[in-house]
Amino acid sequence: MQNLTLLDGQKFQITLQRLCRQLIENHNDFSESVLIGIQPRGIYLAKRIAEELRKILPGKTILQGDLDITFYRDDFRRRDQLVPNQTKIDFIIEGKKVIMMDDVLWTGRTIRAAMDALQAFGRPEKIELLALVDRRYSRHIPVEADYVGIEVDSIASQKVVVSWIETDGEDRITLISDTK
Amino acid sequence: MAGLSTRHLLGIKDLNPADIQLIFETADNFKTVLNRPIKKVPSLRDVTIANIFFENSTRTRLSFELAEKRLSADVVNFAASSSSVSKGETLIDTVNNILAMKVDMVVMRHPYAGAGIFLSKHVKAQIVNAGDGAHEHPTQALLDAFSIREKLGDVAGKKVVIVGDILHSRVALSNILCLKHLGAEVMVCGPTTLIPKYIGSLGVKVEHNLMKALNWCDVANMLRIQLERQDIKYFPSLREYTMLYGLNKQILDSLDKEIIVMHPGPINRGVEITSDVADSKQSIILDQVENGVAIRMAVLFLLAGQTP
Repeated sequence: MQNLTLLDGQKFQITLQRLCRQLIENHNDFSESVLIGIQPRGIYLAKRIAEELRKILPGKTILQGDLDITFYRDDFRRRDQLVPNQTKIDFIIEGKKVIMMDDVLWTGRTIRAAMDALQAFGRPEKIELLALVDRRYSRHIPVEADYVGIEVDSIASQKVVVSWIETDGEDRITLISDTK
Repeated sequence: MAGLSTRHLLGIKDLNPADIQLIFETADNFKTVLNRPIKKVPSLRDVTIANIFFENSTRTRLSFELAEKRLSADVVNFAASSSSVSKGETLIDTVNNILAMKVDMVVMRHPYAGAGIFLSKHVKAQIVNAGDGAHEHPTQALLDAFSIREKLGDVAGKKVVIVGDILHSRVALSNILCLKHLGAEVMVCGPTTLIPKYIGSLGVKVEHNLMKALNWCDVANMLRIQLERQDIKYFPSLREYTMLYGLNKQILDSLDKEIIVMHPGPINRGVEITSDVADSKQSIILDQVENGVAIRMAVLFLLAGQTP
């Protein structure tokens, strides 16, 4: 097993701030936009981005929710038992610009399921995607992110793990290779 | 991720407390789905479920059918009264014929205890018991306990009395097993003739005086008198039963606490409970019905999710 750190410390923080500035460029004061983190790991990214945005835009309301996609996945009955997480969207998404967030964009299937799940809450004016890590050249579905923290070229046997200071004690993006 | 410890849902006795918690947590999620503008998820779009009912049923069959449709499963319904069963076909032959049409799961109600267990040993499909005689009705017990948890925050430590025809009730046995699994104290109350002799061995209290039982409990689950399953007279008259074991507003108001009233339905209004109790704010009968769909969605989702 070989671990390679792709991003940590100050660079990690700068990446988040850069993503926030890009979001502000397109969404101004977020009065017509909402952030949705995809369960399980995308919610940490969405919470952190919302927190940073509130620091940059004091006094503005930044709405952020958590979306569970378990019931919308296309690998049900093709893998181990799926157990759902919480969905928490206590605001209206109808007519809003929704920015979906996930820590790693890989095959694109999670995002397809998330877009499907989102329709159950209404019809947003627009859906955008923000991914902290874009594992390029690995898509099964034609999905691309509008905002990307870092692009990574990796092979299928490798894993990309994003650690968060709130839950894992540090901010770090690690590429894990099985050396066997 | 660990799923249910059983491949079929034949009775509460096959579930462990972790299974029940998993079903509840999954049902919590489905309850939020049922409150969305689009109350449907695509999870079971490649699953076909047969509802095989050898006994009349309205709410259980509708509840299962709705749960299946909300999960996007394909559903076929089968009523024994209008089928080849009336021509003498056996249970196994009937079910095997249905399964030959590529059905994945069977939801079955049957007048005889153990019918689901028997079937699970002879056919490949997953079986969900929707009531087998006076034996078990696991999804009803799960939705009852789920409704108590929703109303009181937890089931553990709560005092629940089950009132009425315990002898002929599949709901009573499943309820006792489920509530005991979750740490509740359970009492049964009714005429001596309607309480089985072995009931104490399940770890429940027995009380024949309704007022004493109501003063003890946090929740009263009033069962329906199963006249259709009574081959002899177990009490002199319905009027006498109602006078001794019927719950009315006057009794409810005379208690020095506010208890929760439940009923698995269908209600014999004026027999087990009066209309003003059934429609009072202490009654959670309609919550039970609503939770039934979420619980059945959870059970079907968790069972169907097991890789073959």
